[in-house]
Amino acid sequence: MSLNADDIQKIAHLARLAVDEDEITSLQRDLSNILDLVEQMQAVDTSQVRPMAHPLDMPQRLRPDEVTETNQRERYLRNAPAAENGLFLVPKVIE
Amino acid sequence: MHDKTLAQLSAGLAAGEFSSVELTRHFLDRIASLDGKLNSFITVTEAQALAQAEAADARIAAGEAGPLTGIPLAHKDIFCTRDVRTSCGSFMLDNFVSPYDATVVSRLAQAGMVMLGKTNMDEFAMGSSNETSYYGPVRNPWDTERVPGGSSGGSATAVAARLVPAATGTDTGGSIRQPAALSGITGLKPTYGRCSRWGMIAFASSLDQAGPMTRTAEDAALLLAGMAGFDERDSTSAERPVDDYRAGLDRPIDGLKVGLVREFMQQEGLDAGVAKATEAVLEELKRQGAEVVEISLPNAHLSVPAYYVVAPAECSSNLSRFDGVRFGHRCEDPKDLQDLYERSRSEGFGAEVKRRILIGTYALSAGYYDAYYLKAQQVRQLIAEDFRRAFEQVDLVVSPTAPDVAFPLGAKADDPVAMYLQDIYTIAVNLAGLPAISIPAPLADGLPTGFQMIGNHFEEARLLNVAHRIQRETDWHQQAPEGF
Repeated sequence: MSLNADDIQKIAHLARLAVDEDEITSLQRDLSNILDLVEQMQAVDTSQVRPMAHPLDMPQRLRPDEVTETNQRERYLRNAPAAENGLFLVPKVIE
Repeated sequence: MHDKTLAQLSAGLAAGEFSSVELTRHFLDRIASLDGKLNSFITVTEAQALAQAEAADARIAAGEAGPLTGIPLAHKDIFCTRDVRTSCGSFMLDNFVSPYDATVVSRLAQAGMVMLGKTNMDEFAMGSSNETSYYGPVRNPWDTERVPGGSSGGSATAVAARLVPAATGTDTGGSIRQPAALSGITGLKPTYGRCSRWGMIAFASSLDQAGPMTRTAEDAALLLAGMAGFDERDSTSAERPVDDYRAGLDRPIDGLKVGLVREFMQQEGLDAGVAKATEAVLEELKRQGAEVVEISLPNAHLSVPAYYVVAPAECSSNLSRFDGVRFGHRCEDPKDLQDLYERSRSEGFGAEVKRRILIGTYALSAGYYDAYYLKAQQVRQLIAEDFRRAFEQVDLVVSPTAPDVAFPLGAKADDPVAMYLQDIYTIAVNLAGLPAISIPAPLADGLPTGFQMIGNHFEEARLLNVAHRIQRETDWHQQAPEGF
């Protein structure tokens, strides 16, 4: 499996990562090598195998719909790169 | 004092031979004088540690101490610690001060343990050599030109060099066991769901599990007892009582049936010295009356390929939370929201993390999901099925922990696939959600090797029992690196 430069740019955009032109060649090589490793799976027939999403056969636990957390807005906002009036700041989205 | 085990330190504190403050100062001094050569800590929390130690001494004086009260430990920097930087080995979180404690952290604090600091690790736990850390590589105390393994390399090195008597680690594909093997200590990955994942920064949520890293199996039993248990804040936490891990440690093991994985012993790249060390541990098991047979895990060779779809897919989803808005690194002067996301993430993450996010994004993208993610989940089922069959025949499955001894710094840094093959014996265990322990086996060429024992789900007590029986009769776990 080999990926071309356009593939890399497309995947990077989906992942919201900026990729520099000079990184493309090494990423093409590394990601293609990883996909070659992964490709070994195709040799085994799994048409009758139930996919395993989780290591333990457990149902999703439910809890009563009650408020259990206290409001710690100021505390949580302390880690924000930019905040004002209790809100996270981002560049202007709507003109 | 630093040569004592947790059990011995606990007895010494109870008998008044030394105080927790003295113990804490002793280990803080060792970190200050020796860690410059090793880089095993990202953050040392001296003031908090001394305050916790004073509180522990008061508890001991009042007769309210438990077995872990007053004993120092370090947490891998993947565990959120309230009011202490929690970096996960990444520039992305270099400025992140956690507003809360992980469940594992708060449980051990309630037990009276004293946190000395946060240990170095591969960035976001992605790596097998501790070279992907933003804070620089950790060095192996047995040979400081070699890696300690990863991703819990800082915890492994700190315990091996006796900078701390015990540490926590996390294991998604081998990140407790492989560094334990390469650094000559004991490391246990519990059954998936045994220790709470709440507050443990997520890498691959269906695989991640916290566990103890100590010098002996008895210490691992003590520490696991403080870490394990149901937590309603973790939706995948196991709702079942915690066994008394210490009670059964001395139980005889005659009649135990042990299955050596044939495919792992025939694996190309298995070092002759590691194979010989494995044989020595098997001989000890036989000497104590265990029966050793060969077993087959016919799909185990597919575990690395399946893992490198499942883990990156889950990581690409989990790491989408790092958006430069709510916490973590933000780029300078973003021109719009798209630019803010892309540049913040590209500047914040290192090369290996980006590779895995890209692979995971690709595997989950439209048109590729069935060929990669669904296929990997099916292969995962086949691997779990191999283990189910094995446990119909044997009590424990065993193998070397890693194919080789610690390798030189930089040896595999430019070849991701070669690095991934470090975890060839450990990854299947995470896919199946099983518990497994790595204990020190005889040295090979003067460097540590590890022996891995895998149990059926929730059989941590049996793993610790067998490991302890081996350590009672041998001194492999007492080997220590010179100069520390």
